[in-house]
Amino acid sequence: MAKANEIKYLTAIKADKRPKKYCRFKKMGIHYIDYKDADFLKKFLNEQGKLLPRRLTGNSLKFQRKVSDAVKKARQMAILPYVTDLLK
Amino acid sequence: MNNYELMVIFTPVLSEEEYKAAQSKYAAIVKENGGEVSHTNPWGLKSLAYPIAKKTTGLYWVMEYSAPSSFNEKLKTQLLRDESVMRHMYTVLDKYAVEYNAKKKSGVKHSVTEKAEA
Repeated sequence: MAKANEIKYLTAIKADKRPKKYCRFKKMGIHYIDYKDADFLKKFLNEQGKLLPRRLTGNSLKFQRKVSDAVKKARQMAILPYVTDLLK
Repeated sequence: MNNYELMVIFTPVLSEEEYKAAQSKYAAIVKENGGEVSHTNPWGLKSLAYPIAKKTTGLYWVMEYSAPSSFNEKLKTQLLRDESVMRHMYTVLDKYAVEYNAKKKSGVKHSVTEKAEA
């Protein structure tokens, strides 16, 4: 009996392709990220209020920087917390 | 002349009149120094994300103005001297920011509808 890991295929099986990540700011044509809009900025934070990496959000570098600037401004003005639990 | 946006958090102990007086005071300072106030937006009492000066709420006020670049230093000294100001921040607005603010003022919500789950 052939075990599952011993089965060999002539052609490699295609793993299901993930949809390609994209920068939503570029796609939607947004140029300015408002630091006053807490609900919008929360999309780029995790539960603890930390910034999510580009790896997860798909933002381009230019807009990731803008997001991080906006979040930091919002934190200064007590619109977003620096540290927390259960932000969402 | 540059476009700026000032956000101030006043202490919540201010009365309604004092809050209004403080707003007009800073608007007047901008005008005195050759600037121009384009828009002001008093948010009113809002709870803070973390306590500042042992207070959990603050009176927010946002002002958009254009002024010479040397003006902000003068404004800063005034703000720091003021006991009722808990925190302040001014931001330089680029052309996209001005556009965004103008759009928001006219009541059009920015079209950020589609959101990929992060």
